[in-house]
Amino acid sequence: MTAVKAPAPEQQAGGGLVTAVKGRLQQLLAFASLLVIYAFFSFASPYFFSYGNFTAILFSTVVIGTLAIGTTFVIIAGGIDLSIGTGMALCAVMSGVFLTKLGLPLALGVPAAILFGGLMGLINGINVALLKIPPFIATLAMMLVAEGLALVLSDSAPIYFNNVPGYTDISTGNLIPGVEFPNAVLILLAVALMAGLLLTKSVLGRYTYSIGSNEEATALSGIDVRRWKIAIYCFAGLFIGLAGVMISARLGSAQPATGMGYELQAIAAVVIGGTSLSGGKGSIVGTLIGALIISVLNNGLQIMSIPQEWQNVILGCVILVAVYTDRIRKKEA
Amino acid sequence: MTEPILDITGLNKSFGPVHVLHDVDFAVRAGEVTALVGDNGAGKSTLVKCVAGIYGTDSGRVRFRGEEVHIRGPKDAADLGIEVVYQDLALADNLDIVQNMFLGRERGSAWLLDEANMEQAARETLASLSVRTVKSVRTPVSALSGGQRQTVAIAKSVLWDSKVVLLDEPTAALGVAQTRQVLDLVRRLAEQGLGVVLISHNMADVFEVADRIAVLYLGRMAAEVHTKDVTHGQVVELITAGRSGDIGLARPENAVL
Ligand SMILES: Nc1ncnc2c1ncn2[C@@H]1O[C@H](COP(=O)(O)OP(=O)(O)OP(=O)(O)O)[C@@H](O)[C@H]1O
Ligand SMILES: [Mg+2]
Repeated sequence: MTAVKAPAPEQQAGGGLVTAVKGRLQQLLAFASLLVIYAFFSFASPYFFSYGNFTAILFSTVVIGTLAIGTTFVIIAGGIDLSIGTGMALCAVMSGVFLTKLGLPLALGVPAAILFGGLMGLINGINVALLKIPPFIATLAMMLVAEGLALVLSDSAPIYFNNVPGYTDISTGNLIPGVEFPNAVLILLAVALMAGLLLTKSVLGRYTYSIGSNEEATALSGIDVRRWKIAIYCFAGLFIGLAGVMISARLGSAQPATGMGYELQAIAAVVIGGTSLSGGKGSIVGTLIGALIISVLNNGLQIMSIPQEWQNVILGCVILVAVYTDRIRKKEA
Repeated sequence: MTEPILDITGLNKSFGPVHVLHDVDFAVRAGEVTALVGDNGAGKSTLVKCVAGIYGTDSGRVRFRGEEVHIRGPKDAADLGIEVVYQDLALADNLDIVQNMFLGRERGSAWLLDEANMEQAARETLASLSVRTVKSVRTPVSALSGGQRQTVAIAKSVLWDSKVVLLDEPTAALGVAQTRQVLDLVRRLAEQGLGVVLISHNMADVFEVADRIAVLYLGRMAAEVHTKDVTHGQVVELITAGRSGDIGLARPENAVL
C-alpha cells in the first residue's frame, strides 16, 4: 500500500471545514430561524423589541431550557424521558416540603430538592438499564407516579414560600447589582455551560454519544453500558430537580398540578436544536437555541394576541419542520 | 516450533440444546497469521466470541503465554491483550476515528479527556500501520468507506499493545483494492509480532496471508495445518467434508485428540 491512494489535496484542505459546517448545519439552521423569528416579531409588533422583553424571553426560557439540557443527554444516549414535566412539579413540591414543612435552611433544602430529581432519574435509569423496560414506558410510568405524588404530598394545594426568605431571589433576584438581569437566566447559562463542557469533554459525554450511536459497539469496547445509562438518567434527573426549584422560586409557590406538558416542550426544544431522536447526535448549544425559539414564539405570539390554541398549532408545525430538515440532511449525507 | 501465545484445548460451547463447538483445540502463535476457515455456521464466530469473553464456555482450557487464564468478559480479554474485530463492525457511527479507537479506554481525566494526546496516538498508530487512506482522524466513522471502517476497527485493536488480534471476516464486504489494503494490514500486524487470527471464506486471501490454516467442520476442529503443506483443493475439501485424504476428522489420532 503506497501513498498513491491518498486523496486529492483539495479534499484534504476543504474536508475539515465542510465536515464542520455539515455537522453543525442543524444548529446553524436553528440559529438562523431564531434570528428570523425574532426579526419577524420585531417588525410585526411595536412591543416586542425592547430590553425588557428580551430579558423576559430569556427569563421564560429558564424552566424549559433547564429541563431540555438534561433531556439532551438522555436523547443523545438513545433514550427519552417523559417524566421531566410532572417530575419537576414533584421536585417543586419537595422543595416546599423541605423548606416550609421540615424547615430546612435554604442551603440544605434546595440541594435536597435537586438531589430528589436525581433520585427520580436514578429510578428511571434502573428501570431502563437493569430491568430493560423501554424508556418510553419506564418514564411514562414515572410521569404518572410523580404527578400523583406531587398532589398527595401537597394535599393538592400550592405550597407557598412566603416564610422562606431569599427563596424567590434564586429566580428573580439580580446578582449583578444595578442591572436588570434575573438570576434565573444566569443560573441557566451556568448550568448550560457546565453541561456543554461535560457533554463534549468528559467521559460521561463521550459514552452518552457512543451509547446512542451504537450501544453494542460500546459494550464490546468494554464499557459498562448499564452503569452509564443509569448515570445519564440520574444526571438528567438533577436538571428535573433544578427546574423544580427554578419554577417554584419564580412563582413563589410550588404548584403540584402544573408539570404536565413541560416535557413535550422540553423535548421539542431538544429536537429543534438538532438532537436526533434516534440518538448519537446533538448539542447543548442547539438545545438552548431550540428552547429560545420556543420562548420567542410563545412570547411573540402572545404579544400579538394570538390565542393559545393557535400558538400550539404553530409550535407543532415548527417541530415538524425541524425534524423534517434533519431528515433531508440525513438523506444527503 | 514456537510455543503458542494463545492455546485453547477442549473447548465446548452450546446454545441451549444446540451444541455448537465440540472439543475444539485451537492455537495462535505470535508473529503468525492463523486462518480460521469453515463453512457458514461451522462455529468460527462463536469460537472467536468465546475467546473474547462475549460468550461463556461449557468447558475447555485457555492458556495465554503458557499460563491458564479465565476470560469472563470482554474486559478480561482486553486486559490480556486479546482484541477482536467483529464481523458486524463494532464502531460507533457518530463518533470520529479517534473517539472510536479510544472508546472505553479514553486518555486524560474522566472530567477532561486528553483529546490532543489521543489524536496524536491515533495518528501514530495509523502511520505505523502505513494507513494513508483516511484524510482526517476527526472524520466521523459514518463518512468512511467499508475498507476505511475496517482499517479503523483493526487500528483500534492494535492501539493497546495487544498480543492477539482476532479478525472476523474483515474483507467480506470489500472491493478488490480495499481487500488488498486490509490484507496488507493483516500481514503487517503479524510482522509486528502479534498473533493474528483471520477468519475468511476467500481461499485466495487465506493462502496469501496465512502461515497456518485451522479448519472448523460442524463445530469440530478438522485440521490445523501449515499453509505450505496443503493445496486450495485440500482445504476446500476439509471445509466441505471435514477430511481430505489422510488429513481431517476421520484419522484416528485426530479423532483421539
Ligand atoms: N447466540 C446464538 N444462539 C443460538 N445459536 C447460535 C448463536 N450464535 C450462533 N449460533 C449457532 O451456532 C452455529 C455457529 O454459528 P457461527 O456464527 O459461529 O458460525 P460461523 O462459522 O461464524 O458462520 P459464518 O461463516 O456464516 O459467519 C450456527 O449454527 C448458529 O446458528
Ligand atoms: Mg461468522
